[in-house]
Amino acid sequence: MHSTITNHADAAINFNLDEPRVDWHDKTLWFIREKRDLASHAIPEWEQLREYASQIKNNVLSNLSQYLQDFEEKAKANGVIVHWAADAAEHNQIVHSILKKHQIDRMVKSKSMLTEECGLNEYLEHNGVEVIDTDLGERIVQLAQEPPSHIVLPCIHWKKEEIGELFHKHLGTKKGASDPKYLTAAAREHLRETFLTRRAALTGVNFAIAETGEFVVSTNEGNADMGAHLADVHIACMGIEKIIPKQAHLGVFLRLLARSATGQPITTYSSHFKKPQPHQEVHIVLVDNGRSVHLGKEDFRNSLKCIRCAACMNTCPVYRRSGGHSYHNAVAGPIGSILTPNFDMRANKDLPFASTLCGSCSNVCPVKIDIHDQLYKWRQVLMKEGLGPTTKNASMKMMGWVLSKPALYDISGKAARMVLKYTPFVVSNKLNPWYKQREMPAPPKESFKEWYKKNRG
Amino acid sequence: MVSGDLKLRIKNLKRYEVSSRDNILKEVLKNQPVDRALPVIDIPVTTTPLEWIEALKVRLDLLHVTVHEVTDYAAIKTILQQEAIPQERTVTTIAELGDVSVYIENVKEDAHSLEDVDLAIIPAHFGVAENGAMWVTESLIQYRVLPFITQQLAIVVNKKDIVYNMHQAYERIAGTQYDFGVFIAGPSKTADIEQSLVLGAHGPKGLTIFLLD
Ligand code: SF4
Repeated sequence: MHSTITNHADAAINFNLDEPRVDWHDKTLWFIREKRDLASHAIPEWEQLREYASQIKNNVLSNLSQYLQDFEEKAKANGVIVHWAADAAEHNQIVHSILKKHQIDRMVKSKSMLTEECGLNEYLEHNGVEVIDTDLGERIVQLAQEPPSHIVLPCIHWKKEEIGELFHKHLGTKKGASDPKYLTAAAREHLRETFLTRRAALTGVNFAIAETGEFVVSTNEGNADMGAHLADVHIACMGIEKIIPKQAHLGVFLRLLARSATGQPITTYSSHFKKPQPHQEVHIVLVDNGRSVHLGKEDFRNSLKCIRCAACMNTCPVYRRSGGHSYHNAVAGPIGSILTPNFDMRANKDLPFASTLCGSCSNVCPVKIDIHDQLYKWRQVLMKEGLGPTTKNASMKMMGWVLSKPALYDISGKAARMVLKYTPFVVSNKLNPWYKQREMPAPPKESFKEWYKKNRG
Repeated sequence: MVSGDLKLRIKNLKRYEVSSRDNILKEVLKNQPVDRALPVIDIPVTTTPLEWIEALKVRLDLLHVTVHEVTDYAAIKTILQQEAIPQERTVTTIAELGDVSVYIENVKEDAHSLEDVDLAIIPAHFGVAENGAMWVTESLIQYRVLPFITQQLAIVVNKKDIVYNMHQAYERIAGTQYDFGVFIAGPSKTADIEQSLVLGAHGPKGLTIFLLD
């Protein structure tokens, strides 16, 4: 099911071979987007919270070196061992060296997009360490030998019948069984046994607090806690941008995170890890992997404010109709498309073009990242570097693919009017590569879809 | 015996780490933008504590939590005894409930021994109306894993200890000491299989909350 195509257009075309499935994928994610709307509208101060979150994150970026040192000092005083990793390779080596020191060759892991970014599982497996992902969605894609396709909902692209088949093969569930309750119960039993027998647990970090040295991990399943509390060694890995200054700021971020992600007012568990248990070792690995350089890029540094809620993915018409794997990176969707070119511009030159620039992502982002503006700016940079669309390359194919899918613009009702208001379709220069061939619409009198239908021929 | 090759690799790794810290901090300092001020967070709460309790009950219902309003521990005991299933392993960290379940206090047993606990009854410092979350710290549960490993969880919280939102929650937490703390909002759950909600992913399959007068 998973393809290894590394340009978005071809992968998207591939994904679209099965139209009913694409419709299903699209609807599922739109349903989550609607839940997010309900949850955010229930809070009168929502816009105020977004503004606070944005300002706090701006403050973090402008004082990051101090906050990192404060956090390190406090965490050490709490009895936690702090490591620094310049890049993915060093991160992987550090994790491996901790396991080696304790002679551990089997580990449980809860969701961590950073370890996906660093390719930790593959590295450890090559070094003889078995890693079991314990988030149900991640376990499913792990059994299928695939990367997650979504940062919050790793197996959103899988149907229950397929999961039933996968579990039948790997966990011995009844053939043909596809009831989510039955399948979840089977995974619970299988993973419970795993939790009880593993001496090391790795978790991600949602927020690390400079003021107290504690870190917070949010899950619905309780898998991070089951792993961490039962293990002799707990390793928490985080990108350096995950720091927030004060404990009180958690009030802002925890109110925004789950509402933006799934429409829940908070995740089931928000665990605050401060000191190790007696006889337990806790390690934190602070990972740079390109972030410090990224911080220096004025036009693009704002993307480091991201709290990985995935709201921008759920709302994105291109993501919903092309699937997470088509972005060929650990973080997909609009945010992935502006983060990954910082890391490797050439390898990800197609991604800033995997967008209609409709602006819906920026409108839902809880930390107010100017996502669609950054997509547009990346197009400018790529053009200057000679990596932009030519008639032959992938970026142009991407534009062609987006334009050939009127459904990408088929956003219903009020949302459409709102989106069109912010739609920068009027941008009429060579950085909007398809402008050349097509007249731009004058929003918002006529919907883009209507316009497109009229003008397509 | 550590081989020479491994020794060398460990030495290299150590050097890598020391210099990585300094290099990262240097690069961050060089690239971070000019200071932007922190906002002053001011979200006034206009509703009353009585309304918070009503809001909490509505929220807990949405989270599939069973709620009992009780006047004292005797009432909790009566409910527990009515619903008790013989042979089930029930533990509590509340001394007042020690005669209806096994009171665990400063037990030095390995936490793994809790794997067969059917019901754990624990207190919470306070609850949050807007999201149904209960704040629990290590000193209230003895074992960090207890509220996760148990099949069913019950939490006792005083009605006077309900706040409305997370800003008030962190005002209460500020300055308190804990080694580990967790907000628990409902039973463990997942919707990873086609977005169908299933309770009891890894942690408790059910949560009961006793709201104590
Ligand atoms: S960019 Fe914003 S909306 Fe997208 S995942 Fe990050 S925080 Fe969420």
